[in-house]
Amino acid sequence: MANLRDHMGRPIVAVTGIGVVTSLGIGKADNWAALTSGKSGIHPITRFPVDHLNTRISGMVDFLPSSSKGASHLTYELAETAAHEAVSEAGLDSGDFGGPLFLASPPVELDWADRFSLYNSDKQEAGAERLLRVARGLKELDVFETTQFGSIADRLADRFGTRGLPITLSTACASGATAIQLGVEAIRRGECDKALSIGADGSATAEALIRFSLLSALSTHNDIPEKASKPFSKDRDGFVLAEGSGALVLESLEAAVARGATILGILRGCGEKADDFHRTRSKPDGSPAIAAVRAALADAGLGEDEIDYVNAHGTSTPENDKMEHLSLSTVFGERIGSMPISSNKSMIGHTLSAAGAVEAAFSLMTMRESVIPPTINYDNPDPAIVLDVVPNKKRDAEVGTVLSNSFGFGGQNTCLVMAREPV
Amino acid sequence: MRKLKKPPDPQQPPMSSHDVVITGIGLVSSLGEGPDAHWQKLTQPGFQPVLEAERFAPYTIHPLPEIDWNLQIAKRGDQRQMETWQRLGTYAAGLALDDAGIKGNDELCTTMDMVVAAGGGERDEAVDAVILAASESRNDRDVLLNEKLTTELRPTLFLAQLSNLLAGNISIVHKVTGSSRTFMGEEGAGVSAVETAAARIRSGQSTHVLVGGAFQTEHSDMLLGYELAGYLHRGPWKPVWQRQGSEGGGVVTGSGGAFLVLEQREHAKNRGRKIYAELGPVVSGRARRRQGELNSEIAALLKQANLPDGDLLTISAASGGHAATAAEKAVLDANPALAVRAFSTLTGHMKEAQFPFAVALAAMAVDRGAGYPVFDATVERPFEGAPNSVLATAIGYHQFEGLGLVKAA
Repeated sequence: MANLRDHMGRPIVAVTGIGVVTSLGIGKADNWAALTSGKSGIHPITRFPVDHLNTRISGMVDFLPSSSKGASHLTYELAETAAHEAVSEAGLDSGDFGGPLFLASPPVELDWADRFSLYNSDKQEAGAERLLRVARGLKELDVFETTQFGSIADRLADRFGTRGLPITLSTACASGATAIQLGVEAIRRGECDKALSIGADGSATAEALIRFSLLSALSTHNDIPEKASKPFSKDRDGFVLAEGSGALVLESLEAAVARGATILGILRGCGEKADDFHRTRSKPDGSPAIAAVRAALADAGLGEDEIDYVNAHGTSTPENDKMEHLSLSTVFGERIGSMPISSNKSMIGHTLSAAGAVEAAFSLMTMRESVIPPTINYDNPDPAIVLDVVPNKKRDAEVGTVLSNSFGFGGQNTCLVMAREPV
Repeated sequence: MRKLKKPPDPQQPPMSSHDVVITGIGLVSSLGEGPDAHWQKLTQPGFQPVLEAERFAPYTIHPLPEIDWNLQIAKRGDQRQMETWQRLGTYAAGLALDDAGIKGNDELCTTMDMVVAAGGGERDEAVDAVILAASESRNDRDVLLNEKLTTELRPTLFLAQLSNLLAGNISIVHKVTGSSRTFMGEEGAGVSAVETAAARIRSGQSTHVLVGGAFQTEHSDMLLGYELAGYLHRGPWKPVWQRQGSEGGGVVTGSGGAFLVLEQREHAKNRGRKIYAELGPVVSGRARRRQGELNSEIAALLKQANLPDGDLLTISAASGGHAATAAEKAVLDANPALAVRAFSTLTGHMKEAQFPFAVALAAMAVDRGAGYPVFDATVERPFEGAPNSVLATAIGYHQFEGLGLVKAA
């Protein structure tokens, strides 16, 4: 029987359920088929008009019933769909999960559709005064709940029967990884024997797109959408805004083994380090990202030579990819040139709050399937970034350990180390 | 529903080196800034709250005091990158770090963990108003939106709105970089932030954690967040406990922030720091309120917190929101040992900051060996003597509940 405690004497944390939704489809099977055939989910925006917009493409999830119902409803449905797949795969009661919930989701705001509708339901006064007066006459809680930061998790807690006060969190682009880290830590502290960690983001509204656009963060390669996200390429020009969700059922290995669950992988280690340099740029020496990678390796009890594959943050922005290369080459030294490192974002875009969870799901599948998804659109390698990005075509490979990186706006960096087998 | 956390282990020795103690308090509210200013005002019998009834009529709010941001945010460039909410949080965090003797100490800052409870930042009201006004005469509202937002929005405003950028700014301004997490979800986020920070210290994962939140109510969108469900009190101001049956929903908001430095006892002792108090059990829950579970949930949480025998000063973060405040009052009234003080009577409701604020006031009472006079003589009863333990509660105006027990160090 496998060892049930890790190198620091803590309970080993297993993954027993995985769920995922991206622009490539619903569920692991469709996503994996598309991902390993190098298919892109990036497409022209149809959810709202693109007049006046510099970026007219995205990786939005347009095929769910809530896709046109606003960020809050879509984020809930994305989370619910992925979590349902994960909990079902784990063989647990999907209405009585019995462990805590950690949800990474985007900050919420009153949708413009609701703002317009409230405002135009009245004629007296103007601006905020009118909105407030209309608001206090509302008889339903529906609109209100879309503006409460805890409401999506509250609904999910009802739906899945999770225990206690659900935690909704944001560490920007690292959020999904942080949700997983919180679950791992709760199990290690002995507070629970299982946890549901979800990252979900359905917030690709016009305003969100414009905000990122004004920060010059988005690709404007609109003409061939599926070619726009090109991590580590010389002509990369920004990330592609996208939606999606990833969910993991985390369980102490002991509890999972005891109930005869299938072990899909092991969450070996988590590491984080905040950056104090700038709101959107990382410290030029890469020290925070380097520290986050090293902290994850140390937490996992693995040396630099024991990582088989890196699931990159790889956003396709000039800044991130350069910094990620600098950080990885600092940590892994000369070995970096021969380590496979690929970016799922080349196909699904940047799913923001969901990214860390979606990419953890794909990292686990990479190990289980012994196939590394490629970095597509790698036609003009950046000569300053010498990496084996698994260019354009999937690769068969035995992968026993993965490092998955998430680096966020606001300097929040989180790295996860996953393994195929318990120690 | 409950039982997220296992109850405290009775086998555990009463005091261990991994005990959680409070070594820094940073407070801002309409009453002023810092523990001393708050103590002075809150212990003045019959102290009258600072109110602003005109600016957002028919709503009354408790406004920010005058603040010299330069005292905690030295660079003008940093101040410009934030709106008031982030400035306020960064400022309150700086006060707590100063108070704990951590500010400016590179070694302590780079190893310090951080959990911030946050909502969102301020929108550009002027741009919103222009778009809304134009929407009255245009049917192509989505195009209108693109047209106005692409030309009118200030690019960096987005960063002032992002929930996780309060923590981001604290890292940039105060150099706290051990780890950075932002919890969202109104009062519950504040409860979870304190609970998680304490759990990290107890388990040996962290030695010192900055935890807290801020709320800036002087912005119509922040009021709208309550009023979409009719939660705000209208008409003349009244204390928290006396708003049932008045016009509106009972909540009077206030601008403010509360940050705490939580520390492993041994770590605090080794660096010779003053300890305000020990942070005992912190428990949280999620009642399914529509199914009438709130009263029983609060009662169950009280049980879980292992309250000491005898009179217990209780710092309540009750919002005034009719249903939640009535439920809390009913349960607290059923425990005659509890001498309750609802501080939002004097500060207003500060959303994510409510629980950290309650814990701070509890720690100050334990530290100074004195209770607070009644904030509302018609409902609250006197408390005599030196409190050895103080309870802090935060029952969300809409969802989520938690409480914590603060003890003499």
